Amino acid sequence: METLYLIIVLAPLFGAIVAGFWGGKIGRAGAHWVTSGGVGLSALLSLYVLYRFAAGNLEVFNGTIYTWMVSDGLRMEVGFLIDHLTAVMMAVVTFVSFCVHVYTIGYMAHDEENWPNTSLAGRNSYQRFFSYISLFTFSMLMLVMSNNFLQLFFGWEAVGLVSYLLIGFWSVRPTAIFANLKAFLVNRVGDFGFILGIAAIALYTNSLDYAEVFASIPGLADTQIQIFGSASWSLISVIGILLFIGAMGKSAQVPLHVWLPDSMEGPTPISALIHAATMVTAGVFMVARMSPIYEFSETALSFVLVIGATTAFFTGLIGIVQNDIKRVVAYSTLSQLGYMMVALGVSAYAAGIFHLMTHAFFKALLFLAAGSVIIGMHHDQDIRNMGGIRKYMPWTYWTSLVGSLALIGFPGFSGFFSKDAIIESVHHSTLAGSGYAYAAVLVGVFITALYSFRMFFLVFHGEGPRDEHAKAHLHESPKVVWMPLVALAVPSVCIGYLTMDSMLFGEWFEGSLFVLPQHDTLAEVGKGLHGPNSMIVHGFFGAPLYLALCGVLVAWFVYLVKPGVADRMKHLLEPVYRTLANKYWFDEAYQFLFAGGSRALGNRLWSLGDRYIIDTVVINGSARTVGRLADWVRTVQTGYLFHYAIAMILGLLLLLTWFVIAA
Amino acid sequence: MLALTDFLMLGAVLFSLSVAGVFLNRKNVIILLMCIELMLLAVNMNFIAFSHYHGDTAGQVFVFFILTVAAAEAAIGLAILVVLFRNRRTINVTDLDTLKG
Amino acid sequence: MTFELFVFYFFSIILVASALMVITRRNPVHSALFLVLAFFTSAAIWLLAEAEFLAIVLVLVYVGAVMVLFLFVVMMLDIDVATMRAGFVKHLPLALLVAVAMAVEIFLVVGSGTFSLERFPAPPSQVANYNNTEVLGGLLYTVYMYPFEVAAVILLVAIIAAIGLTMRKRPETKYQDPSKQVRVRKGDDRIRVVKMEAED
Repeated sequence: METLYLIIVLAPLFGAIVAGFWGGKIGRAGAHWVTSGGVGLSALLSLYVLYRFAAGNLEVFNGTIYTWMVSDGLRMEVGFLIDHLTAVMMAVVTFVSFCVHVYTIGYMAHDEENWPNTSLAGRNSYQRFFSYISLFTFSMLMLVMSNNFLQLFFGWEAVGLVSYLLIGFWSVRPTAIFANLKAFLVNRVGDFGFILGIAAIALYTNSLDYAEVFASIPGLADTQIQIFGSASWSLISVIGILLFIGAMGKSAQVPLHVWLPDSMEGPTPISALIHAATMVTAGVFMVARMSPIYEFSETALSFVLVIGATTAFFTGLIGIVQNDIKRVVAYSTLSQLGYMMVALGVSAYAAGIFHLMTHAFFKALLFLAAGSVIIGMHHDQDIRNMGGIRKYMPWTYWTSLVGSLALIGFPGFSGFFSKDAIIESVHHSTLAGSGYAYAAVLVGVFITALYSFRMFFLVFHGEGPRDEHAKAHLHESPKVVWMPLVALAVPSVCIGYLTMDSMLFGEWFEGSLFVLPQHDTLAEVGKGLHGPNSMIVHGFFGAPLYLALCGVLVAWFVYLVKPGVADRMKHLLEPVYRTLANKYWFDEAYQFLFAGGSRALGNRLWSLGDRYIIDTVVINGSARTVGRLADWVRTVQTGYLFHYAIAMILGLLLLLTWFVIAA
Repeated sequence: MLALTDFLMLGAVLFSLSVAGVFLNRKNVIILLMCIELMLLAVNMNFIAFSHYHGDTAGQVFVFFILTVAAAEAAIGLAILVVLFRNRRTINVTDLDTLKG
Repeated sequence: MTFELFVFYFFSIILVASALMVITRRNPVHSALFLVLAFFTSAAIWLLAEAEFLAIVLVLVYVGAVMVLFLFVVMMLDIDVATMRAGFVKHLPLALLVAVAMAVEIFLVVGSGTFSLERFPAPPSQVANYNNTEVLGGLLYTVYMYPFEVAAVILLVAIIAAIGLTMRKRPETKYQDPSKQVRVRKGDDRIRVVKMEAED
């Protein structure tokens, strides 16, 4: 099996290298065949692994492939930990990635139009794009299959790098450059916490291996450490919060969420793959993987819970006022990531991972559908210009409907099971902050439905596109574009129904996730539920379903029946609207505080340190001092022979005097 | 009896006189050179006295070398002086300030 | 007062007096001649210290060669004595101060008893057939062989330097150039046939 795992990881890397370095030689078709082939192979093998796990005839694999170095007992190695959790992640990553590869063939077909003729970067950009997304798949697989912190960090940074490259893929656009730099810098903040957490783990357990670290964590549960002064901190809480700061960066949690909406500057396929379905869920995966650590710190869990709930609620609100189709979906992603974090916070790790999986399918679907619409609208992304697209793009319309229903948690769709499980878990939690979180996620359901269907109605229903020219050219996207939509729509509908029982309440994650009995909120939820059907029935007696329906109805009424209401509301709630439209001024604050602050600091350092101290004082100053000294000393050099003679004699006299006095 | 101190004091007087000479005849290079010869004589006087009182002939060997070098120095110094005079028509030291910084 | 002491003081007084003259005479020729006298008296004092060879060398080399050279140069150059003497009186106080200070300090060192007769008793006189030149020569040609040769090289360098500095080509002087002479070829260099019109 080890060979099989290696093939899963290395096939995308092979494709990435071939398409990246020999893109010009193998041409466009060669590039998409080799990368899609590699990822397709990975997807097939991952599904095979998942099937073997499901069938129950595959042992958990935890082994080292290669030892990089051993330093003072700390082993740094490449190794795989393949258990049920990993298998799910592998399957999701490779399957979504494969769909995106196929979709990209159609989406990027006319990429040369996005580049100026003279641009060197535009040469072979098609092949380069495929190379990047394959490289991303490799990095993500390294991340999820890792059995140690070092490799986790490698994958973590590698996906960050690929994300950076892809957000700024259209490097001739200033906004893309700004967005990718922003993403990179914000992620650095998170990664700083992350690496501090890993360092703390390495310091206290002297190991980077998951199994060894997890084994020694219970022994450290009561350890207190001093960081600043004499204040005492619980070690596990510190580690948990530091690691979660990393997750906040990668999974775009408040307040490090600002990069994700901007990352929509990248081509739509990677918005679907990286910034919705897989990479941003790395934080969720990581926290779930570290469940044996988090379980021992209620402080860290509360932190996760509150941050997650805040993200889920407040970023969802922003989604209501956005007009860019991709940004609406992006804020929806933020909100859903918040849901996952809430699940992790209340120890319902399985629910978090379950939501991660279902969300990957329907969010990728929504993004790809948005991309399809964008192709149809000739790269106009403003939903106010759209409308009535339903009749022109039937495939896109129906798959979008499926995606939106899954997103709002319509009974039976995959999102329903995962979201309901999360809400119920929060309801059962007794952790600090769980009341706030419960309110946030409940209202969040209404908001989710509202922004989802606002976008859906504005895009697909109502009056046709305002622009007659756009209307004339509107038609369904090519087959390679809508086929992946269908491929993603199928799991969006049924994956929840099929797997919910074993993943949420069954024994699927036994051994992968660790939950203390007193934290096991999911088990509380599971009491009295027998299979998906009973959960659907149970759903009809809960608030979330009606809140979601309310949201849909409000959206329908406001945006289709009485389009004037939205504007009136806008005027009525002017301050609220402005706050939301400006995204709570996070960008402005960061721009002012951190970007402006560091620029001001740099300016000060430049003018004071560089120009004054170094240039003026040190360099020119020393030169001037030497010059002045020389000016003064040169007067001694009269050029008269007798002056030199006299100087010698006086020196001799001084020496003599010294001898006499010393004697 | 003649003591070592007597010789050394004689040397000291000679040396001091030549130092005074350097100060007094600061403009005349020839006298300056003569003063230097006089200084060397004072030094040689000390060497010879120590050599005598220590019973070590090495001091005299030293004087021999000093005489050699002093002769060479005088020859070259005077040659320079001649060239100088030929070029500048004077040996006044106050006119020689090319080294002025 | 022994005879030895008398001789020493006699020559010492002459030596100091002539040294004083060297530095105070207005005319450089007089200074040079007083320097000669100083060297002569020093030679006499060195004889007292049983350095016979060096005493003779001092007279022969210094008086015979170096001082003559000085006199040559002094007489050869047309020196304006008056400007040379300018500032003599002005510098007298400083000169005296430095000289006296230096003399006093040296006296403090050498007259403090460190070099007294008790510490350094007068050595016994050498035996009758003692040959200072032989002893010095023995040392020079054995122990100080290399320094001796270096001294010879220094003298050679001084000769070359002095000649190189002072020698100059005068275009008006007639002289033969041997190198040109040996390079003469048989043909045009040696004879020239001149054709002339016959004269009536």
